[in-house]
Amino acid sequence: MAFLRNKLRPFSAACVGLAGFVVLAACLGYGQSKNSCLDCHGALPDPLGVSQEKFSQDIHAQKGLTCASCHGGDPTSDDADKAMSPKAGWKGKIDRKQIPQLCGSCHSDPAYIRQFNPSLRTDQLDQYRTSVHGKRFAAGDTKVAVCTDCHSVHDLRAPSDLRSTVNPVNVANTCARCHADASYMQGYSIPTDQFAKYSTSVHHEALAVRGDLSAPTCTTCHGNHGAAPPGVDKVQNVCSNCHAFQAQMYEKSTHKKAFEAAFLPGCVVCHSNHGIKHPTDAMLGTGPDAVCLRCHNPGDKCDQARAGLLSSLRRLDDANKSADSLLRVAESSGMEVSEARLGQDQARDSLTKARVTIHSFRTDLVDQDIQAGLKIAAQNLQAGKDAMVERNYRRLGFGISVIAIGIVLAGLRLYIKKIES
Amino acid sequence: MFAALRRWFDERLDLDDLTAPLRHKTVPTHRLSYWYFLGGITLFLFVIQVLTGILLLLYYRPGANEAFESVQYIMTRGRFGWLIRSIHSWSANLMIFTAFAHMFSVLFLKAYRKPRELTWITGVLLLFLVMGFGFSGYLLPWNTLAFFATKVGTEITGQIPIVGKPMMIFLRGGEEVTGATLTRFFGFHVAVLPGIATVLLLLHVLLVQRLGMSVPPKLDVQWTADPSAKREMKFFPNFVLRELMAWYVALGVLGALAAVFPWNLGVKADPFVSAPAGIKPEWYFLFMFQTLKLIPSKVWFIDGEVLGVIAFGLIGLLWLLLPFFESDQPSHMKRWITGLSVFALAYVAGMSVYGLLAK
Amino acid sequence: MSADQLSQPEPERRRVVGIFLGGGLLASFACFIYPVLRYLVPPAVVDLGGDEVVAAKLGDLKPNSGKIFRFGSRPGLLIMESDGTYRAFSATCTHLGCTVQYRNDLREIWCACHNGLYDLNGRNVSGPPPRPLDVFDVHLRGDDIVVSRKREA
Repeated sequence: MAFLRNKLRPFSAACVGLAGFVVLAACLGYGQSKNSCLDCHGALPDPLGVSQEKFSQDIHAQKGLTCASCHGGDPTSDDADKAMSPKAGWKGKIDRKQIPQLCGSCHSDPAYIRQFNPSLRTDQLDQYRTSVHGKRFAAGDTKVAVCTDCHSVHDLRAPSDLRSTVNPVNVANTCARCHADASYMQGYSIPTDQFAKYSTSVHHEALAVRGDLSAPTCTTCHGNHGAAPPGVDKVQNVCSNCHAFQAQMYEKSTHKKAFEAAFLPGCVVCHSNHGIKHPTDAMLGTGPDAVCLRCHNPGDKCDQARAGLLSSLRRLDDANKSADSLLRVAESSGMEVSEARLGQDQARDSLTKARVTIHSFRTDLVDQDIQAGLKIAAQNLQAGKDAMVERNYRRLGFGISVIAIGIVLAGLRLYIKKIES
Repeated sequence: MFAALRRWFDERLDLDDLTAPLRHKTVPTHRLSYWYFLGGITLFLFVIQVLTGILLLLYYRPGANEAFESVQYIMTRGRFGWLIRSIHSWSANLMIFTAFAHMFSVLFLKAYRKPRELTWITGVLLLFLVMGFGFSGYLLPWNTLAFFATKVGTEITGQIPIVGKPMMIFLRGGEEVTGATLTRFFGFHVAVLPGIATVLLLLHVLLVQRLGMSVPPKLDVQWTADPSAKREMKFFPNFVLRELMAWYVALGVLGALAAVFPWNLGVKADPFVSAPAGIKPEWYFLFMFQTLKLIPSKVWFIDGEVLGVIAFGLIGLLWLLLPFFESDQPSHMKRWITGLSVFALAYVAGMSVYGLLAK
Repeated sequence: MSADQLSQPEPERRRVVGIFLGGGLLASFACFIYPVLRYLVPPAVVDLGGDEVVAAKLGDLKPNSGKIFRFGSRPGLLIMESDGTYRAFSATCTHLGCTVQYRNDLREIWCACHNGLYDLNGRNVSGPPPRPLDVFDVHLRGDDIVVSRKREA
């Protein structure tokens, strides 16, 4: 008895601990629908294998769906034959041709999706049917993208998840899996250099490098489910969603009518579509980056206007540069010119505005902005000059005081010599 | 007229009696007597600091909203404000440099020996105060560099065990560096520290006057044996005139620095941006800062930074009490202290340079 | 040497030294005192400091219009709504730093660079801007419309 009593306390503690653990396990297990499929398939190799770890990342699994939700069968049974019986509705591997329909069976049902996320759209399948992918798919082409090609399967993540294949920063890579694969795209009459070109673009740099989520990726201009090229006459609509000011200018310009008549795709003519680089003043020039001379003849009225536009821009740019450099010299000499430095921001803004107004192709409008900028740059240049004058005045004053100090030093030396002789 | 004025004061205050010690004071002249100027130069620069500081007080506004702008105003709109402010900033750095040089010269010339222990103690305390002046004054323009340097500096203070945290809160006027810190540092810089410094300075100078100038040990021995070999000059007017020359040179240097390298404004402090990379304290704290950076993060079971801070505290205390480690009789202690002095100088100089060059 | 010869150069040298020293001291003192005296006289412009600025005068703005003004080191935007209330914001777009403007047709703040839009509370409501604009306090002081930063600790 005494033996038991001594051991009783640790023994009852162990019992309580075990009971607690059982309760905990039960709680953890509760709410998790039984998914016996993963018991085997979690250990099988590809292509039959789907690990528990992989499937736990899937948003469908997190919402409580199981393998059976798409594949059918009986997930509660541990018997493989019973679980994968056609009687239980088991579909096996979903045929590619069935995928859109299968996904759409839930995702096009607003009443069903409302139970999970009321603000989730339910028109993806409809949109898909209007896309190039969807149309070719309906015609029997199985090489085109279906839902799982872009969204992945078994570890499907929400688009807001940074690791999702359809998160904005990853979209270009996802599209490029097919569209940059020359051998895969053989037989289709479209180029496969879009991704390569896009990777050099200023939009890619903004999105993937700087993380600016407002920058466009493939789906921004082409659409995602209803993916299709915008169409030659609709390109500027797409660009104008962000570049509204330029589009406004272009809308009223002579180029719009001319390009429309020639079935040229607006913005793309000068700026390209995928490899959009940062525009430079050289585009208005006569060198390799020149775009005007691709159509216009050297020496004609338009070419003269072009030269005028370029020289205006260059004038303001030069004025800004000289004001900036003088202010920098003044500042490094210790003068306080922060106000003028700030004023240069406005001058630079004027130059940016002038560059936007170029899209109106009217020298008078551009000159308005240039003149405003030149005035500001001139003011700041003057401020820099004043600062340099002040600097020289200071150095002069200092020079005078050095002379005075030198005289005192000499005088002291003489005086000391005198009283000590 | 001058003589008449003097007579008027003399009749009432017996000026002759007061000025007698000054008139009789002599300064030994030897190979190393140029080092005697350093104390006077430091005092002169301190006076410059007080004068330019008072002038700056006329326009400076302490407070997170206005401090930076008021300094900007002084630099750009106040007439010659740039000169006053640049002289104040440069003289501060020069003063700390000459204070250190003065301390090291006293150390190497062994002027801290009996009977001058109290002079040494007041001097070391003044050195600490001067560094405190530098630390508190640096924050006052409220620019980014100063803000983060203060943050790091007070953070390190907080590492002292037991008393560190309360000390840090006392210094910062709160848990973080805010406008309250600025107000507090302003109070320290213009009232508390000057008050204590004035008292200590008076003591220090009085002690120097009373005890006379010390002479290096070897020379001391020589001159005691053969008093006729003593070489000295009168303090007034000979030494004073030479000192005046040194002060004028200092003025010239200050003017040059202010005119050619005016002190910059920086960017207004914004507590919400992250600290700029490679933030460093002012150069006179670099040797300590660099040391702390080099100590591994854990030494045995003690946190590296805590160990560093405690070590510096102990060294500071030992430095203060240095004269008591050396006795009159020639002993190995003297050589130890000489060796230590050389090491200290090399360490401070070397670590400062290292800190300057390191990223 | 006779006493006469000795005393001759003496006063002369004394005078030279005296002139040097006296003159030098005077000149150097003048160099020091002159800036200090000028410094002591307050300049004409009494800066209100970088936390407060007179953005405009009453009557400068018409209802439903905006004006760019300088605030410290950055541009600010002052808006008079159609009912006469004034609002002031930082005019630096939070996307890529362009200067925004007031659009009286949209009654919102618009950034011309990439079509960003902010409402009259400064909140970013459309387009790329990731954060709202900083809002400033506006009050009238006599004829002056004074814009100041929001009070902080």
